[in-house]
Amino acid sequence: MLPATDKVKVVIVVPAFNESSVIYNVLKSIPKKIRGIFLVDVVVVNDGSGDNTQSETERAGFVTVNHAINRGLGAAIKTGMEYAKGKKADIMVTFDGDGQHDPSDIEKIILPIIQKKADLVIGSRFKKSKNVPLDRFFLNWSANFITFLFYGVATTDSQSGLRAFSKKAITLIDFKGERMDFSSEILLEAKRNNLKIEEVPIRAIYTEYSRKKGQKNLNAIPTFFRFLVRLLR
Amino acid sequence: MFTAIQILLLAFVIFAISRVYLRLRENVISTRVAIFWFLIWIAALVGISLPATTTRIAGFLGVGRGVDIIVYISLALLFYLVFRIYVMIEDLRHQISYLIREIALSGASKIRKNRKRSKK
Repeated sequence: MLPATDKVKVVIVVPAFNESSVIYNVLKSIPKKIRGIFLVDVVVVNDGSGDNTQSETERAGFVTVNHAINRGLGAAIKTGMEYAKGKKADIMVTFDGDGQHDPSDIEKIILPIIQKKADLVIGSRFKKSKNVPLDRFFLNWSANFITFLFYGVATTDSQSGLRAFSKKAITLIDFKGERMDFSSEILLEAKRNNLKIEEVPIRAIYTEYSRKKGQKNLNAIPTFFRFLVRLLR
Repeated sequence: MFTAIQILLLAFVIFAISRVYLRLRENVISTRVAIFWFLIWIAALVGISLPATTTRIAGFLGVGRGVDIIVYISLALLFYLVFRIYVMIEDLRHQISYLIREIALSGASKIRKNRKRSKK
């Protein structure tokens, strides 16, 4: 249980791209109230989906921010961040729309922020999980290594979709990556702004659907290339 | 006396210079960019009309043939231009995303206002 807080407002950002088959259940599973939190505002950033993601979100009774065309996960998160800024949120949580996160982990990742122990909390799928597919483990390990090599930030899950940002982090973190490359950039920005980073173990729900929807193994090459160009430009 | 390939290349270079001039006149490209391209094409014009010049430059730089120095410089220039274009495309992507974001957020706030009104 979270300690009693003075009117803390949490915005949960759910980026979604063609998630019509799961988004309704994912949204319904997110807690509308969290003990100790004054207000929980859930916003879905529909990233130019060509299916019924928007109507399914509205059926579930949630606010949708619609990208007219697909701009990538990083761009969707940034839109969510701007939304959270506009709502004067004290904490922003990012929660994947493909159903790979356990909603009960939301409380766990916002706790270090409420306790003022961290400004950025990464929900790490690799800290305690044993059932990680081998390709995911290798891909993530490579991304973590590259993040450490180029940005000097050590993490066990640089690509995690479940994160919590304090008000300070929402204001200071400014990333340019629009696709998967934004994940490492967030860590760099946190380091650049001297924000406290903490990792909390979370449960990853690997279904056939979430594996298909998640980061493609082959996408790692263009993601790395974009990452390099950004460093060299 | 010019050879057939020299005539063809010279015709192409003159055509390219005319395009740079026209785009400059239409303000499609800046004066700085136009000067850059004029210099490139004038260098090509000199290289094609007086091939001995490139051989002399090649000898000065320690490269065997005039053609080789042209290939080396062209390759370096092409790589640099590809990089610049890639950066420019990235910038355009960010600008598009910015627009999409602004439209999306203003659309969301309109929906919220309408919802509040209908509740009242």
